[in-house]
Amino acid sequence: MNKKQKKMLIRIIISASLMIVLFILYKILGPDEEKAKSGIIHEPFWFIAYMVPYVIIGYDIIKKAFKGIIKGRPFDENFLMAVATIGAIAIALIKKSGDYTEAIAVMLFYQIGELFQSYAVGKSRKNISALMDIRPDYANVEIDGKLEKVSPDEVSVSDIITVFPGEKIPIDGIIEEGDSTLNTSALTGESLPKDVKAGDEVISGCINLTGVLKIKTTKEFGESTVSKILELVESSSSNKSKSEAFISKFAKIYTPAVVISALCLAILPPLFLLITKQSPSWGDWIYRALTFLVISCPCALVISIPLSFFAGIGGASKEGILIKGSNYLESLSKTKYVVFDKTGTLTKGVFNVNCIHHNTMDEEKLLEYAAHCESASSHPISISLKNAYGKEIDSNRVTEIKEISGHGITAKVDELKIAAGNEKLMESLGLEYKPCHKNGTIVHMAVNDEYAGHIVISDEVKPDSKEAISNLKKAGVKKTVMLTGDLEKVGKEVGDSLGVDEVYGNLLPADKVSKVEELINKKGRNEVLAFVGDGINDAPVLARADIGIAMGALGSDAAIEAADVVLMDDNPVKIGKAIKISRKCLRIVYENIAFALIIKFACLILGAFGIANMWVAIFADVGVMVIAVLNAIRALNTKNL
Amino acid sequence: MKKSYNIEVDCANCANLMEDAANKTDGIKKATVNFMTQKMIVEFEDGVDEKTVMKQVLKNCKKVEDDCEIEF
Repeated sequence: MNKKQKKMLIRIIISASLMIVLFILYKILGPDEEKAKSGIIHEPFWFIAYMVPYVIIGYDIIKKAFKGIIKGRPFDENFLMAVATIGAIAIALIKKSGDYTEAIAVMLFYQIGELFQSYAVGKSRKNISALMDIRPDYANVEIDGKLEKVSPDEVSVSDIITVFPGEKIPIDGIIEEGDSTLNTSALTGESLPKDVKAGDEVISGCINLTGVLKIKTTKEFGESTVSKILELVESSSSNKSKSEAFISKFAKIYTPAVVISALCLAILPPLFLLITKQSPSWGDWIYRALTFLVISCPCALVISIPLSFFAGIGGASKEGILIKGSNYLESLSKTKYVVFDKTGTLTKGVFNVNCIHHNTMDEEKLLEYAAHCESASSHPISISLKNAYGKEIDSNRVTEIKEISGHGITAKVDELKIAAGNEKLMESLGLEYKPCHKNGTIVHMAVNDEYAGHIVISDEVKPDSKEAISNLKKAGVKKTVMLTGDLEKVGKEVGDSLGVDEVYGNLLPADKVSKVEELINKKGRNEVLAFVGDGINDAPVLARADIGIAMGALGSDAAIEAADVVLMDDNPVKIGKAIKISRKCLRIVYENIAFALIIKFACLILGAFGIANMWVAIFADVGVMVIAVLNAIRALNTKNL
Repeated sequence: MKKSYNIEVDCANCANLMEDAANKTDGIKKATVNFMTQKMIVEFEDGVDEKTVMKQVLKNCKKVEDDCEIEF
């Protein structure tokens, strides 16, 4: 509890005990109802005595209510509580019932509710923030031969930082010295520790578990993974969901509407009774109107909706799923179509050179040319060619590199014209090529405008991909589609083995966008299409889809930028999980909206007919809020999804 | 120009009111209040002095909610 909350607790205790003491004294010493003259102590003693606990518990509310009226903003909850309680006291005075406890109790319960709310919200805020708390507080830097703790902001690129076991890596970098195991769970949700050694790249936010590491920084703190993620999480709420927007609009209309109805309730029925020459019983109707006012606070709704979303986003980030805003969480829950990129998403994206066919020169030599030709590219195929070559690449030997998107690369290596790419490249160069009977990606090679054979590279399907697809089906996804730049034949084989509904092959990056657009046009209005990619080359598609999900995006800024949902590791099973989390969260949101509205309207109607008294009204206000807050916290729990 | 400020506000509805007040302040392109993280994310118009604008924002917010605080 913070200072404010402690002070409130003391006020509540003092006021409540005073009220109880007075209540007992009144029963013993006060006048009883039939014989108003009897009793030892008379009015106005009781009135003045009762005002003490009332002022103790309610002075701030009354003060705020007055300020609100002066500032021309009268319809807030303080005003409502002030009017309701002062009204109740006035009725007690007029009726001479001596029943001031109701006004005090209403104020008391209202304050208890507020206290509980502020405590519960503060507590859950802390819990959720703790989950997302990957911010490093300091970095150890050697200054004049001594290790000193400095703010991560002050460390520049290429500085050496030391990270001890148990500490967070504050800045992205490369290990200079030492080996250790890292806990990446705060970033990826993956609980298996990762072994690292000198020369490995490490990202900020991981916790160093076993050995001391000396790390040479490669980025500034502001550009490091941890800062990027924090920025993303913190600004996530600026993208508000439709339900949130609906509720804040609703709150703006709801309170004034209830206040006006309360006014009507206080005036119209007694007037009607007067006209029809019956007893108007003003007191009863004003009491009913006051009950109305207590119910009218929109707080339960206003607080529980963003809290549910916040908890949902927090729960997802615990699983290594970053969602950029509650609007995306909302759309995610309506996902009916999931479109995958193949490479790096459903397959490992780690290609191995399988075999070399029809080669006119030595296999080693052909591989050497291929690796050099592709030396400047970071495409997975290029990387696998370089890996297969296995020797140092001398970039001085390569000139005139031209990358033709969706076709391949041409370059000059040792003054020889080399072309490496698919059959489209060969066709555009006017060369005859030999097709391959093997499945996989075929890199056709030409040396000095003559066909020199092809290299077969194949990718491996991720072990979890099949489960991921069947999970999506179970989660109610209508159709799964796979898009690939590879041959249709290769794609079909992978797709069939995984149980994907539709496969489209031979697509250039631009074709993928138009394919996704085609699918978007075909789907129903309330259905959402999600695209899942690894963030390399598919940023335009990620942006075009209703929801762009980037996988294994750790360290790739472009993907984090373009996507709406970022999966920190590259396990496709997380997609189904993300959808389930969003569904649970939205279900809670709707539960809260429905629950709060139904209870409030029921109490309003009961109040209007005089069935519900002030106590029921207090429940409708504070009780509903407390239950809604507790329900919202459930969104944080993602264990059994 | 986008900046994020720590704020202090007690109730969710007050946070909404603060957001409205901030958005009506001159020099603000868009302001969003995150009640849960207690942050205000502000996008300024081009060429305004952040400090003076934020002073005005705080003043406007105080009008709707006495207890609020903005750190800048």
